[in-house]
Amino acid sequence: MTAQLPITRSGTDLTHLQQLEAESIHIFREVVAETDNPVMLYSVGKDSAVMLHLARKAFYPAPPPFPLLHVDTTWKFRDMYALRDQVARESGMELIVHRNPEALRQGINPFDHGSLHTDMWKTEGLKQALDRHGFDAAFGGARRDEEKSRAKERVFSFRSASHRWDPKNQRPELWDLYNARKSRSETIRVFPLSNWTELDIWQYIYTENIPIVPLYLAAPRPTVVRNGLVLMVDDDRFRLEPGEAPVERWIRFRTLGCYPLTGAVESEAETLPEVIAEMLVAVTSERQGRAIDHDQSASMEKKKQEGYF
Amino acid sequence: MATALREARPERETARAEVEAYLLANQAKSLLRFLTCGSVDDGKSTLIGRLLYDSKMLFEDQLAALEAESKRIGTQPSGLDFALLVDGLAAEREQGITIDVAYRFFATDKRKFIVADAPGHEQYTRNMVTGASTADLAIILIDARKGVLPQTRRHSVLADLLGISELVVAVNKMDLVDYSQTRFEEIASEYRAFAAEAGIDRFTFIPLSGLEGDNVTRRGESMPWYGGPTLLEHLEQVPAGQKEARSAGLLMPVQWVNRPDQSFRGYAGTLARGRARPGDEVVILPSGRRTRIERIVTFDGDLDLALPGQSVTFTFADEVDCSRGDVVAAVDSPPPAADRIEASLVWMAGEPLVPGRSYWLKIGTQTVPASVARIDETRDPVTLEPGEGRPLELNDIGRCEILLDRAVAATLYADNRGLGRFILIDRASNATVAAGMVERLLDRADRPQEGEHGRILWLTGASASGRSDFARKAQQRLQARGRPSFVLDAAALRDGLSSDLGTAPEDEAENRRRVREVARLMSRAGVTVLVALEMPEGEEKPGTELDVRSADYEGDWVI
Repeated sequence: MTAQLPITRSGTDLTHLQQLEAESIHIFREVVAETDNPVMLYSVGKDSAVMLHLARKAFYPAPPPFPLLHVDTTWKFRDMYALRDQVARESGMELIVHRNPEALRQGINPFDHGSLHTDMWKTEGLKQALDRHGFDAAFGGARRDEEKSRAKERVFSFRSASHRWDPKNQRPELWDLYNARKSRSETIRVFPLSNWTELDIWQYIYTENIPIVPLYLAAPRPTVVRNGLVLMVDDDRFRLEPGEAPVERWIRFRTLGCYPLTGAVESEAETLPEVIAEMLVAVTSERQGRAIDHDQSASMEKKKQEGYF
Repeated sequence: MATALREARPERETARAEVEAYLLANQAKSLLRFLTCGSVDDGKSTLIGRLLYDSKMLFEDQLAALEAESKRIGTQPSGLDFALLVDGLAAEREQGITIDVAYRFFATDKRKFIVADAPGHEQYTRNMVTGASTADLAIILIDARKGVLPQTRRHSVLADLLGISELVVAVNKMDLVDYSQTRFEEIASEYRAFAAEAGIDRFTFIPLSGLEGDNVTRRGESMPWYGGPTLLEHLEQVPAGQKEARSAGLLMPVQWVNRPDQSFRGYAGTLARGRARPGDEVVILPSGRRTRIERIVTFDGDLDLALPGQSVTFTFADEVDCSRGDVVAAVDSPPPAADRIEASLVWMAGEPLVPGRSYWLKIGTQTVPASVARIDETRDPVTLEPGEGRPLELNDIGRCEILLDRAVAATLYADNRGLGRFILIDRASNATVAAGMVERLLDRADRPQEGEHGRILWLTGASASGRSDFARKAQQRLQARGRPSFVLDAAALRDGLSSDLGTAPEDEAENRRRVREVARLMSRAGVTVLVALEMPEGEEKPGTELDVRSADYEGDWVI
């Protein structure tokens, strides 16, 4: 058990982190009460770590009454797989790992297939998993401060039978009175961390002592530099180009995805306070390390419309 | 290796201590949620962009993308088009309009802020209402060149209706009117006249330029005639959250019953009002069963005290029937259960409201079938003209009487936002079609029928001021339940009906006779009459005597 978050100076109000925590817990419980078959999308990143921690708080002493779903691309960092399995054991929750069988058969990978890699493993993989298990609500760790189209999305975000998002026709969402009613074919994506910022996430991880993938902390790691991204050579599937050799650099990651697509930052921040200190003076946003957002300005919105989480 | 590095750089320890101190200070910050609204092109997005920019919340890559987009589709001939930062949807950037509310985040040394940027077009009003529903404060922007526009009025009325107690009227684009004090005063007096008519009484005027930044985060040299706070100073000092939620008795709608095994049964929810401590006596509504809070269970250990807004799990001392939708309330101030309410509705669907049709009504964690019995009045939020017998259509505001299939615990919106608000859901399309604010609680069974007499209550057993005070509070309660009432005291007749009487004993007796007769007449008209007048022993007192010292104006006799 960790220590309680301190109360504000006056002692009569909740701090902003306590308010965010209470709001997220409220959202979890509403979904469990009002939907038939919820699931938590668990990507092993820092936002997922916070989301899982909040879910455990929401239902304590019971374990969260839904499974974890990891839509696996087979190209995540090894440290991520290790933490995923450990966390699933500790939380007492069922872990469902889905790998798109078609992508597996075709050997889709980030080196040969570009954006098809994300489309097939993540977007298609997610739709398959939701359909196969009949999940009608899926928790995701997206935050509104991450990206412009996410800043517009409701906490309860509805998807058509084909998992499409219609950003021009979102349901009004009033107070904390969430309306989870939907037709049989619709599903809901629910974002309990909507109002958290990147700093809130780090601060909460620090205060609550939440386990995270060690890759968020700086260490010497084998790297190559391509197209301005510092990439980590995490296993021997990484295809080195002629003349290319891994160089050991002190790096850490601000965001984690498929290792050949995730850029690191050079850093010596080995502890959370140091990471936070660097973040406070950072001049680039966290999504910059992701190749996916760079295509075009509206790329995230387009991917979301197509069913990307 | 890691240890070696740390030893080589002892200044790291100092850096860590500094960060820890920063985090501790940051942790104690309060949170203010505010809305920016107003008409199209009043510069809302630019103002938010300016706040983010000046508080260093923009990153280099975002600025670079912004620069590129500003050149491509920006509306500012030179420089950055901040609006592109907040208009996140492709359709919005292409059309240069805001369709949906966007949420943005920034912080100062004093506070964290969540900004909801509302669309200005009338057709997207429901998205504005979405943003307004969670805001503590609203900034109503006015273009200094254009003055008060229809959307200024509409958004002010909606913000006020939704209970936002702090309105900031930001007269923007002062740079385009040469920072003219005269122009600013003109707009302020125009707004004051409108506000008086609309019944809006708490607002602050700030002249500013979102584009240039004057009076946003810094004062600037351009408006020396303005002595008030900058916008940011104002945002940092207004009270956040509801004061009322802290003082009144506990209310917690039950969200979920937690039963991991036979040995544990907990009731999870978020405190809508008041505090809770183990040992507190509570009543479960609507059943009325009483018990005590045994434990306040959280993942971090049991709590000695739960605060309003906190999400917790209670266990009770007794086995009581309690499930989702029920409300846990302090025994000394339980909200009444009502199956008939009068409420203000903001209609948010393309299809008009159909009286008599069944909708889902969600209040707290309870969802019940409900229908609108009557639309009492619609009000045009722009002209403020009342309309009668008009259907309620998209973006209309109306006052309606709503019948619920079963009684639910509810409060007035003015008393408690948590249980005084509700949504209506279309049962076929599942769409959220209305936002509702409870104005009066009525009870179907208790409604005075035509020809039915009101009660007469003779207040006794306290000083004159004690009786009057009791009568006034009881009258408020009766009013909230839709029961007409009247307080008859010495002063009520003295100036009019009994103005011919003096202070002689026979005159006093005649005055008391008139009081009795007036009370009888009013009661026959269905009015509950509270008589707060000293009567000598043995003199006739039609109705019931009520000892003020032992009575409870919230007690059963009122219902």
